[in-house]
Order: sequence, then C-alpha cells, then structure tokens
Amino acid sequence: MSLFKLSRNGVRMIKGLFIGKSLLVTKASQVRGPFFKYLRTLPQAQVQVLQGFKWQEQRLYSTSGPQNGSNEENESKETISVTFVLKDGEEQQIRVPVGMSMLEAAHQNDIELEGACEGSLACSTCHVIVMDMDYYNKIEEPVDEENDMLDLAFGLTETSRLGCQVIAKPELDGIRLAIPAATRNFAVDGFTPKPH
Amino acid sequence: MALSRARALFCRSFSTFASHPTHICVVGSGPAGFYTAEKLLKALPNAQVDIIDRLPTPFGLVRSGVAPDHPETKIVVNQFTRVAQHQRCSFFGNIKLGSSISLLDLRELYHTVVLAYGAESDRSLKIPGEDLCGIQSAREFVWWYNGHPDCRNLNPGLKATDTAVILGQGNVALDVARILLRPTSELASTDIASHALEALQESSIRKVLLVGRRGPVQAACTAKELREVLGIKNLHIHIQEADLLKSPTDEEEVKNSRIQRRVYELLAKAAASGPPHSGTGLRELHFVFFRKPEEFLSSVDKKDHVAGVRFEKTVLEGSSPGKQIARGTGEFEDLDCQMVLKSIGYKSVPIDGLPFDHQKGIVPNISGRVVSNVSGDAIQLEEGLYVCGWLKRGPSGIIATNLYCAEETVASICEDLDKTASESFFSSPKPGREGLIRALDDQNVRYVPFSAWEKIDSVEKRLGSLENKPREKLTTWEELLKVAME
Repeated sequence: MSLFKLSRNGVRMIKGLFIGKSLLVTKASQVRGPFFKYLRTLPQAQVQVLQGFKWQEQRLYSTSGPQNGSNEENESKETISVTFVLKDGEEQQIRVPVGMSMLEAAHQNDIELEGACEGSLACSTCHVIVMDMDYYNKIEEPVDEENDMLDLAFGLTETSRLGCQVIAKPELDGIRLAIPAATRNFAVDGFTPKPH
Repeated sequence: MALSRARALFCRSFSTFASHPTHICVVGSGPAGFYTAEKLLKALPNAQVDIIDRLPTPFGLVRSGVAPDHPETKIVVNQFTRVAQHQRCSFFGNIKLGSSISLLDLRELYHTVVLAYGAESDRSLKIPGEDLCGIQSAREFVWWYNGHPDCRNLNPGLKATDTAVILGQGNVALDVARILLRPTSELASTDIASHALEALQESSIRKVLLVGRRGPVQAACTAKELREVLGIKNLHIHIQEADLLKSPTDEEEVKNSRIQRRVYELLAKAAASGPPHSGTGLRELHFVFFRKPEEFLSSVDKKDHVAGVRFEKTVLEGSSPGKQIARGTGEFEDLDCQMVLKSIGYKSVPIDGLPFDHQKGIVPNISGRVVSNVSGDAIQLEEGLYVCGWLKRGPSGIIATNLYCAEETVASICEDLDKTASESFFSSPKPGREGLIRALDDQNVRYVPFSAWEKIDSVEKRLGSLENKPREKLTTWEELLKVAME
C-alpha cells in the first residue's frame, strides 16, 4: 500500500519536474527577480508612480509565432500568445484562442488564477496586472462594475484588470500578465482590507 | 527554483508518508476555513483535512451573510464544494467547539488545528438604553433574512413604524438598508428566507436613515454596494449638500484612496441629482453624516421600547489623511424612530483555552501562529494552533481577503511542519479523523457529514423551485437536522 503510494507520488513528482522544465520559458527569479520583488512589496501608492513604466525586457520574451511558418500562421490567426507571470515569479507562456477570457485560459492551462465568482463580475480574485502600458491601452476601458471590483483587489496597480474581463484578441498577442502575489508580510505591508 | 521547490515537496511528502499522515482540523467552514483547507490540501500531499462547523450547513457567511440579492457572490460555494469532496477532506457539521468537543481534545487528536470560526457576536456602543426593545444588531437582522437557524424568531417588528435608523455606513449597513427598501417583488426570486420575505411584504418602513460618525469621504462602504442602493426604484436619496464639503485633509484622503474617491463621487452625484419630487408609495433613504449616538431614548408609554436616538454632532479632528476621528461638538439632536439596527462591527467570541485579545477582539497571532504569551522579547507560541480569517485579523474585508489570509496561515503551518519533520524524523502519530469520530460517538454527538448537507441542499433547491427561487432555506435546527439525519 505505502509502496504503491510512494511510486504514485514519485511519478507525480517527476511529472511535475518535467512540466516545470518544458513550460517555463524563463526563470524569472534570475532575470527579473529583483524588480519583481520590489513591485510586489511596494505600497500601492508607490506602484502607481510606476504607471507608464515600460518593461524593457518585454521584447526579449515576447514570442512571435507568425514568422515561423505557414502552419503556425494559421494557428496564430485564432490564438494569441499570453505569458502569465506566476506568484513565485516564474513565467508560463500559453496560447489563447481569440475570444476567450484570460480567466478561462488560465484555468484550461492549470495556471493558478482564482475565479471565485466564475467570471460574473462579483469578486476580484482573478485580478491580473498588465505588464505593459501599451497592451493595457489596447484593452477596452473597464466598466463601472469591473472598477467596483478592482477597488477591492489585492495589490492594485494602474494597469490592473480582472482576468475574466480581458478577452483575447489579435492586438493583444504577446501580452504579459502578472498574478499578484500575496506577500508573506500580510499584516505589515500597509494593506488594510476594506469592509465587505 | 522549480527544482528546489520539487525537492522540498519530495522531502516533505517522503518524510510524512514514511511515517504517517498529517492530521489537520479546520474549525469553521466559511471562506477562511475553506480557503485554508484548499491551500493545505495543495501544499501538503499527505495531509488529511477535516473541517468542522457548529451548524449543520457549511459555507458560513456565504450562506448567512451575503445578501440574497447577490447570487453571483455565492458562486464561490462551487469551489468550496470541490474542496469538501476532495478525497483527503471531510466535513463535520453540527459540532460546536467547546461543547461537542473541547479545544484541548481537538489538539490532542490532530497535529494541527486551525481556528477559522469568524465573529459571531457584535461590538456594542456602550451607551445608555442599548438594551431597549426595537434595537437589534445588523448581524442578527442579516442572519434573520438569510435564514440562519439562530435568528429564525428575531421578529424585527417592521409593521410598527415607518422609520428605521441604521447606525453605521459600511456594506452591512447598506445591505440592510437595501433589503428594507428594495421592492419585495425583486426579492421574491432570491433565496431570501420565506419568513423574512413575508415580513418585508407587510413592512411599513418607508424611511431609512444611515447614520455615520464621520463624513462622506470616510464612509466605509464600497462603490458596488452604494451604486446598488442608490439605484433602487422609486427611492429618494437625501444627502445634505453641506456635508459634502471637503476639508484639505479630506481632499488628500480622496486623492490617495481610489475606493474613497469613487464612493465620494457616487454620493456627490446622488446629492446633486435634483430635489425629491413627491409621489405615492415613495421610499426615502437619508445619509446622515457627522452624528455620534449618545443615548437611546425610551418611549413614554412603552418604557422598555426605543422611541428615538440622541445624537451628538461631530467634527473631524486630526490632519493626517486616513486617520481623522470624529469629535463631539457638545451640540445634540434627537431623532424619532422605533427601530434601530446597529451596524458598527462584528466581534469574535473567545473559547476556553484560547488566548484572546479582548481589546482587538482577535486571537493574538504572528502570521497565523497563535501567541500564548509575550513577556519582554520572548514570544511563546501555541504549538500546532493557528488562526485564519476574522478571528485572526478582525471582522473586515471581502471573501477574497481570506484567500490571502489563508495563504499566509498555510505558509506558517508548512514551515512549522517542515521544522518538526527535520528535528525528529518520526513525529508522533495522531488519531485524526478516526479519533474525532470516536470522541463524538462517546459524547453522543451526531455530526452532519458533507453528504448529509448535500441532502439539505437538494431539499432546499427542490422547495425553491416550487417558488421560483434558487432555494428555499430550511431555517430551524429541527428541520435541518431532520433532513440531514434521514
């Protein structure tokens, strides 16, 4: 019994390692770690100062499917490249069909993005930070209801959106979305939860 | 990074299943409890997680706190249900910590106990007349319309008067105001308790006053709730223009806080939307700012019943944004009313054997670890005992706040378990679930497993479908336990 468990666990772990290697495009902790940590621990007001800050590394990692051949060209008409920057700073690049929300796409790819209200605009758990102002500006303005939810989002920035409201379209190809990390210093981070 | 994480995972799971599973008990099945369980199951592949609750029904305030006309907010129960159905997770309803089983016993049975039982009491104003009839806490009123079995017989007396005063301007206050003022035809298709719907249909309340100690810039509600209440059909909103004037400190606050800015803008817009025109069947909502309750006044003929509230006018003091407090001016004003709902905050209830900070109404903790004693620089921790949710940080925040709160507590638990595992390879086994079931049997306590809740759930949904409601809640202990134990 325990032997069986051991082997099953082992397989799962090896699988985990494999997935880790094949899917992670970059080791963010090495390349952009310091700035990321900075962003994550910044009080809200300071983060807002960063608005308009353009991520220099952006170009390095944006994928350009279209040039790689006719097969992919077909595919890219229907899907776009989206990179999620996960809570631990690691990155995962996925292809998202045009018309699909980022919340749905994340869930289909086992990316840990909460969706408590399942996309009905009643919570803020699928909060993502668009990492490039240019991309942020390409998304339709948030409606009042989304803004109401963003008011309550953890670690809000000037380029925050709800994942359920960002719908894949060709102009967003190459977009990078960070999932805000719950800082370990929950209580001392200057974060005061608002009454519900 | 991925490698080191995998290695940590490997070490952890190896060290644990080389010996025995880690038994963890979560007390309370609201958002804090369920998010904690979910994160524990993810982080510890060898943990058995049991969630206990004093009610026969799970989900805490998602069931008895979230307003019936907010069905989207309740969708999160789908996720919690998946957690409860996880093969390493069990739900035990109808178990009251402190009477069905003591905290001491629970800690004997489990390696780790996480208390997430929230705040089931109310802050009090500590002013004369607070015990008069007709004064209730908003929590009780919310439990009443949400069919909580403990407030089934609250009888808020909605037919006796046309004016209700709500003390407080947070989201709970706004929820309560909305339920009192919204056309009942719109509530009829929600999962509101039928006894509450009937009482509201016969209600004579036409005027609700929401009273706050501070100004519109400091109102504790959120834009969503405010937008909703301002948008109720045939409702006149009254806001004194003079109250909307902002001091330089107010300006600073509005500039610094997106949420306060948006709430203020909504209030200002509502105030400017023209003078009220008269009509029949109209209802009124008054936002009353800068008033501090001083005393409840009793009526002349019914001495034990409230007839009004005496308020002291206030001004804001302090020049640092976000920290302005209301100071009384010595000028008083009486407001006639026969119904008062206090919405000034919830309070957690201490239990035997648990350190408790009565001032803050929380369990003293460091990142979720319960602190038993602080003497000088030495901090003593309660081994294997943790808190999450309102019991840990106080009664504020939204459902999602618990997500981050649980993440922090679970990180502490994992860290501590790793430390224990490295110190002694074979940590002592604990009886866990089996031991709990044995202890409950010994005490003749009949628990409600998740499958029994599912019976309640399907009965409620079936009853609801007859009334064109998403569910018709069972609202007494007897009914709930009868269906559960069938």
